[in-house]
Amino acid sequence: MGMKFPSGESYLTTKLDAVINWSRKFSLFQYPFVTACCGMEFMAVYGAHYDGARFGSEIPRFTPRQADLLFVVGTVNHKMAPILKRVYEQMAEPKWVVAFGACASSGGFYQNYAAVAGIDRIVPVDVYIAGCPPRPEAVLDGIIELQRLIQDKGPRGTAGMNPRQTKDPLVLSRE
Amino acid sequence: MAEEHAPEHAQAPSVPALTRLLQESFPNAVLGHHQQHGDETVVIARAGMLEVFGFLKNDSRCRFNLMIDATAVDHLPRQPRFEVVYHLKSIPLKHRIRLKVPIEDGAAEVDSIAGLWVAADWYERECFDMYGIRFKGHPNLKRLLMYEGFEGHPLRKDYPKGQAQPLVDMRPVKERYSYGDFYKPVAQPAKN
Repeated sequence: MGMKFPSGESYLTTKLDAVINWSRKFSLFQYPFVTACCGMEFMAVYGAHYDGARFGSEIPRFTPRQADLLFVVGTVNHKMAPILKRVYEQMAEPKWVVAFGACASSGGFYQNYAAVAGIDRIVPVDVYIAGCPPRPEAVLDGIIELQRLIQDKGPRGTAGMNPRQTKDPLVLSRE
Repeated sequence: MAEEHAPEHAQAPSVPALTRLLQESFPNAVLGHHQQHGDETVVIARAGMLEVFGFLKNDSRCRFNLMIDATAVDHLPRQPRFEVVYHLKSIPLKHRIRLKVPIEDGAAEVDSIAGLWVAADWYERECFDMYGIRFKGHPNLKRLLMYEGFEGHPLRKDYPKGQAQPLVDMRPVKERYSYGDFYKPVAQPAKN
């Protein structure tokens, strides 16, 4: 128990990390950044039948200051892009981003002057949920995948990017 | 809308009532008409359009109190280039009409009907935003859908398809798909 690893971890700190990540993954405060039709499916997921609250994400926070999970639901246009970026920057660490739906993941069926081809061109994304709109079961699968990500990698596991290997300013600011 | 001819019937196709009314009241303004499946379209010259619209709204035989739509079509390279299309509906008399106003490229300006139907305000702003057609006498003619700093009018045929004008710097992402020449993803910063 007193053995130290080169990276400074020990049995106690890894167990502490595991407990903290466990508590983080089961108390996600989502900020539903809903712009379009996927919002209907978001409402269905957090309604009574599919119940996203049983995974711990009980109450939506409509202010980014109190949220740790940014659900980007629906199409994001170039007109909306600075607002999304500002909301993301206003969130405090630790924070995760889920791209909900085809438009948020890749631009969806829009290939035009108005829609951004995927929000990962604006903010780093952790989990992409595909579908137009995704079935609620697919959304729940995405939430569980995010929880697995939180448990295994913690807040530094953003989009698989190691902060030591990227020069992306949005990821570096999370150091 | 294509100038299709109605199929030949035994009797000669008659001019419908509203179109005939307009032709009699404004013989100089009506440039043409066509009808299909019960709807009527009248092509109006730009010069007298305000009188025509005022007549359609106020006359007791027309009473078009609802403006349904005001939009435009870009017929490049055909001249006249633009055609502003209006749809009107009369709730008391239960009839509809479609009016088209052809205008050329260099003088893409029509009179605004926002004084007659308040709903036309935003429809004309959208027309201006998407096509660059100006509306004389409009109370607040500025962009509606696109953002400040957007250059050009996106629904014109000579606006490059898929050309985006981003407001924030785009992060480098792995482009997995080739969009051909239809969509041009914005130029990205060099990958780290």
